[in-house]
Amino acid sequence: MAKDLLYQYVLALGDDALILGQRLSQWAYKGPFLEEDIALSNISLDMFGRANLLLEYAASIKGNNATADELAFKRNEREFSNHILCEQPNGNFADTMVRQFFLDAFYKLFLQKLTNSKDEQLSGIAQKSIKETTYHLRHSSKWIIRLGDGTAESHAKVQSAIDNLWMFTNELFEINEIDKEMVKEKIGVDCSSIKSEWDKIIDDVLAEATLRRPEKTHMISGGREGIHTEHLGHLLSDMQYLQRAYPDAKW
Amino acid sequence: MSENNLPIWEVFIQPKTGAPFQHAGNLHATDEEMALQNARELYTRRQEGTCIWVVKTEHIVSSSPEDQTSFFDPADDKVYRYPTFFKVSKKVKGL
Repeated sequence: MAKDLLYQYVLALGDDALILGQRLSQWAYKGPFLEEDIALSNISLDMFGRANLLLEYAASIKGNNATADELAFKRNEREFSNHILCEQPNGNFADTMVRQFFLDAFYKLFLQKLTNSKDEQLSGIAQKSIKETTYHLRHSSKWIIRLGDGTAESHAKVQSAIDNLWMFTNELFEINEIDKEMVKEKIGVDCSSIKSEWDKIIDDVLAEATLRRPEKTHMISGGREGIHTEHLGHLLSDMQYLQRAYPDAKW
Repeated sequence: MSENNLPIWEVFIQPKTGAPFQHAGNLHATDEEMALQNARELYTRRQEGTCIWVVKTEHIVSSSPEDQTSFFDPADDKVYRYPTFFKVSKKVKGL
């Protein structure tokens, strides 16, 4: 197996966690009320913790004294391979919760499979992360139900968030050449195999929340190949500012 | 959502299995599930507990400051209510 493929596989998973963590951290001190502000920040920190483990592992595969910080702060937009859904703006609270709910449901299924990885590092990271994600999903799905089955305004906002973000969900289940190779080596997860379970989680929660699953719509993807929406560049310019302005600055 | 609209809940944490629950503090939440989740976020992030109770503050019945004399003072001359007259073996744990 080519070392480079494993590197890219781990890097993509690390990018997902990093970008989602960065997005969630933008809620810090702006949450709808104190308790929820702390909850969002905690979930953000969980994602940063996961990103750190994955990017450190990626850096160790890459060799040449590469570091996780270098991967996080010194790559350009086109070199990031996170799913496009992770980089979507926070919007209003319903937008954030819908993004989180779609991703939590995906990670729960994905990480369960990844615990069986032949790669011990990945399997270990998955075992640690699955506990966090189980809680994240509980948190986000309850919010979807509360907002959907809440007031007319909250219902309308969460339905509109679902409709707007739906086009980014199909990318989660796409398989590229790297995935195929990783599945063949029993290291990676065949994401197409978890789509029906994901559909069930989504449908059950939407039904309880009195929300509607969108009709078939045009789907957008490309994140794994470095093709992103316009939002990622802005996120990176903020996240990478310090290391770009003061290279190798230390605390 | 305005914080003023959210009910307040009291949080009790059991530090370890079998131990009594201890009052940890309070929080805002709209419902039971959110109260439990917020309690977890606020009070058990550093493995402080094995179990959480939440109860709406309005459901707690409290004695009032005016009750203090009639409730507690009668005990102050009844020293025999303390179990300190018994010798406790050093082998007994958890007292």
